[in-house]
Amino acid sequence: MSEAATTIAGLARALRAREVSSVELVRQTLARIAASQPALNAFITVDPEGALAQAHAADVAIARGDAAPLAGIPIAHKDVLMTAGLRTTCGSRMLEHFVAPYDAHVVARLRKAGTVLVGKTNMDEFAMGSSSETSFFGPVRNPWDAACVPGGSSGGSAAAVAAALLPATTGTDTGGSIRQPAALTGVCGLKPTYGICSRYGLVAFASSLDTPGAFARTAEDCGLLLTAMAGHDARDATSLSRPGEDYVRLLAQPAAARPLAGLRIGLPREYFAAGGVEAEVTTAIEGALRELRALGATTVDVELPMVRHAVPVYYVIAPAEASSNLSRFDGVRYGHRAAAYRDLDDMYCRTRAEAFGAEVKRRVLVGTYVLSHGYYDAYYLKAQKVRRLIARDFAQAFARCDVIAGPTAPTCAFAIGAKTGDPVQMYLNDIFTIAANLTGMPAMSIPCGFTSRRLPIGLQLQGNSFDETRILNVAHRYQQVTDWHLRIPSPPPRARGDGAERSEAGEGTAR
Amino acid sequence: MSFSSDDVTRLAHLARIDLADDEARDVRAKLDAIFGLIDALQAIDTTDVEPMAHAQDVSMPLRDDAVTDENRRDRYQAQAPAVANGLYIVPKVIE
Repeated sequence: MSEAATTIAGLARALRAREVSSVELVRQTLARIAASQPALNAFITVDPEGALAQAHAADVAIARGDAAPLAGIPIAHKDVLMTAGLRTTCGSRMLEHFVAPYDAHVVARLRKAGTVLVGKTNMDEFAMGSSSETSFFGPVRNPWDAACVPGGSSGGSAAAVAAALLPATTGTDTGGSIRQPAALTGVCGLKPTYGICSRYGLVAFASSLDTPGAFARTAEDCGLLLTAMAGHDARDATSLSRPGEDYVRLLAQPAAARPLAGLRIGLPREYFAAGGVEAEVTTAIEGALRELRALGATTVDVELPMVRHAVPVYYVIAPAEASSNLSRFDGVRYGHRAAAYRDLDDMYCRTRAEAFGAEVKRRVLVGTYVLSHGYYDAYYLKAQKVRRLIARDFAQAFARCDVIAGPTAPTCAFAIGAKTGDPVQMYLNDIFTIAANLTGMPAMSIPCGFTSRRLPIGLQLQGNSFDETRILNVAHRYQQVTDWHLRIPSPPPRARGDGAERSEAGEGTAR
Repeated sequence: MSFSSDDVTRLAHLARIDLADDEARDVRAKLDAIFGLIDALQAIDTTDVEPMAHAQDVSMPLRDDAVTDENRRDRYQAQAPAVANGLYIVPKVIE
């Protein structure tokens, strides 16, 4: 597949030039999804009829010359975002048959921008996980090696773009759920500043951290998606009222020999000295930093002494908010209800026992504990205070630099089943991503290399609040001189047998 | 910290989640590990630090006191396990 055929920007040009129709694109997309599903399981629901009807409407609009900016572009939404009339399960038995009564705000905005919704992507149950293994609908598999996880919780969205099934998907990021799977599958994943994309219609996990965002093959495409998604929404009390922005405006500036001249990249000592970072990850990050310096950037050491507490802070705050948010699933108004029960209380207890998976139960129990009488100050309040100390570290660091760079995840993709028995090991996948959720600052992961086993490695770029255009521009300039983001695994992905190495000849690039 | 089986039973009831015996044993072991991670917070000095409840330090906006929601009762109730006469039906709670 050519680069143009895997990017929003390329497909939008082809659609407008009438080289291809949206109906053709959507038919190809549906065929690729169907072919990939036995191997990847990236989708929970696919809507061929709805997608073809939207595609036809997009073709009509394009022919009339009054099409919206993303008209005819196939997209899939993470199954935690409500889609009117289409099943929205959150990867849970609890919502196995739930049909959303309205669109999430970001879903409505992407519809208005002309995208064609083809389906809903698989994910960790209620977005709780770092491997997309906890879904009621079965694990998602990594397109680079079907024996490995794609990361999580937005693993289906990441795998779908990685396998070039379609050019764009949405995700949500509460502790790294866009960036970590983007790193593990070799695609771009953007978590914007908290508050610029509405949470209305995002089935809540941890409300002070949940952030809608996007996956795509290029930084430019992430910017195009964010431009469509961002905007004030009175129905989300935490939605910020800000002027509309064109998030790709810096990208259009002409190429220069040193386009990043003047840019100061902060390197947190703590991210590079952290134990547990694989040597091949460190090597790839150092290579990316050399490229960024060659583009004119300078690097400066910064200190984030409190960031080592980000994981424990998160595993107090997120479960606390989850235990409150998930109390709505009680078998009364929607979702699963146990078939047999003695009384109302027994109905709640059995319904939740039957329809929540093990990880969701554990987090609800942790959250219930830290909020319970006598423990609130010691855990929840304490965690909120340390959250402020972490935010202060970042504020001080951003006085000395413009972006912060480092690994997105400490390791490449790991084997399915390798960490399911040990929640603490699973939680440590998010060691570098959680801080951006605690501070609300934007961050993205972009591909920056591969391990010797041909598994992708991600570079994380973090910015100060509302500085999406800058991190997108840094990523874009990097992508003008590298091609890691254009590599796609050979379809159809197969599990590696008997430890035999995948043939490199089977891999292609989109260039 | 270490959870007793009574702690787990009490917690499961507070959360309204029935746990089978084997499930409760597994939960107990994993909660011990998770709180081993979380308890590191207790050593941090947070004297005079204001708790941070929200990612942006902005005040909540006020809106006009007007009805803006559309009536979605029928759409919502189409999803419910049991409804009658526009009401959600639950097991009898008053004898």
